[in-house]
Amino acid sequence: MTRYPPEGQPPDIIIRVVCRSLVPFIQLFGLYVVVHGHSSPGGGFQGGVTLAASFVLLALAEGRGALRRHIPLGALNAFASAGVLLYAGLGVVCLALGANYLDYGPLPFAEPRSVGMLVIEIGVGITVMAAMLSIFRDMLEF
Amino acid sequence: MIGSLDVVLLVLSVVCAVAAVQVRDLLASVVLLAAFSLFMCLLWTELGAVDVAFTEAAVGAGVTTVLFVITVYKTDRVSRD
Amino acid sequence: MKLLHLVATAVTGLLLIVGSLDLAETGDPAAPAATHVSPRYIESGLEETGVENMVTAVLADYRGFDTLGEVTVIFTGAIAVLLILRNGLKGEEDEA
Repeated sequence: MTRYPPEGQPPDIIIRVVCRSLVPFIQLFGLYVVVHGHSSPGGGFQGGVTLAASFVLLALAEGRGALRRHIPLGALNAFASAGVLLYAGLGVVCLALGANYLDYGPLPFAEPRSVGMLVIEIGVGITVMAAMLSIFRDMLEF
Repeated sequence: MIGSLDVVLLVLSVVCAVAAVQVRDLLASVVLLAAFSLFMCLLWTELGAVDVAFTEAAVGAGVTTVLFVITVYKTDRVSRD
Repeated sequence: MKLLHLVATAVTGLLLIVGSLDLAETGDPAAPAATHVSPRYIESGLEETGVENMVTAVLADYRGFDTLGEVTVIFTGAIAVLLILRNGLKGEEDEA
């Protein structure tokens, strides 16, 4: 299998520029999907995968060094854990406020259930993004 | 109209699935699997399951393909079956 | 051996097709899946959760505990890949 880019050469400038300029738009779309899951198709899982795909595109365009430079490994593990912690922690907050686990009713907001769902969607998105990137990176470095 | 679109999508997805198993070049097999995911995504959309279609497009055609390509890259490109 | 595989595949496929004949029509309002809890989600989902997207309402609110398990599975998968591949790397370095 021929390698791209060839040993010791930087990736082609056209591929680099196109991928680099696409990445912010993909990330913006991913964030939109995460926070707009309330009223359109999408949600944490799909948005997280889209966000992970943007970093994968960056790694494919710039070589694996870019991924290593931009995202430290500890950060990935911390993000993956933080998402699950956010989700489970919201459940504990609901328990502390006197409701059932993950029953968002008593949260102190105008629309408590909507806000609760937004929080857990963000948690799901963070975990999925970090988990996918962590798997991608582990396989690339193996 | 929509019914005939269904038939076209089903036939194309079956063709992609069979070709993905039959082809000897594993990289081509991965690309065919991505195409299969795309047709399944269109089928889900047509059935009204937009969230499932979104997941299929993001995971099936996106991340899984990348992981398969890395696996082929790290191992062997030609199937020995 | 290949013939056996072909026969097994054909028989399984036939069984699945025969089974699918008993499924309800797509969009049938009298199907068992559409008469149990679905009407409740459709009728009172918006006022109970304040979210227009029914899929999100079911995934994140009615079945929130299920989604927590799903996220935990993804997290566990990432940790498993990390442990297996990272330890494999370490072993190679030790040998070299």
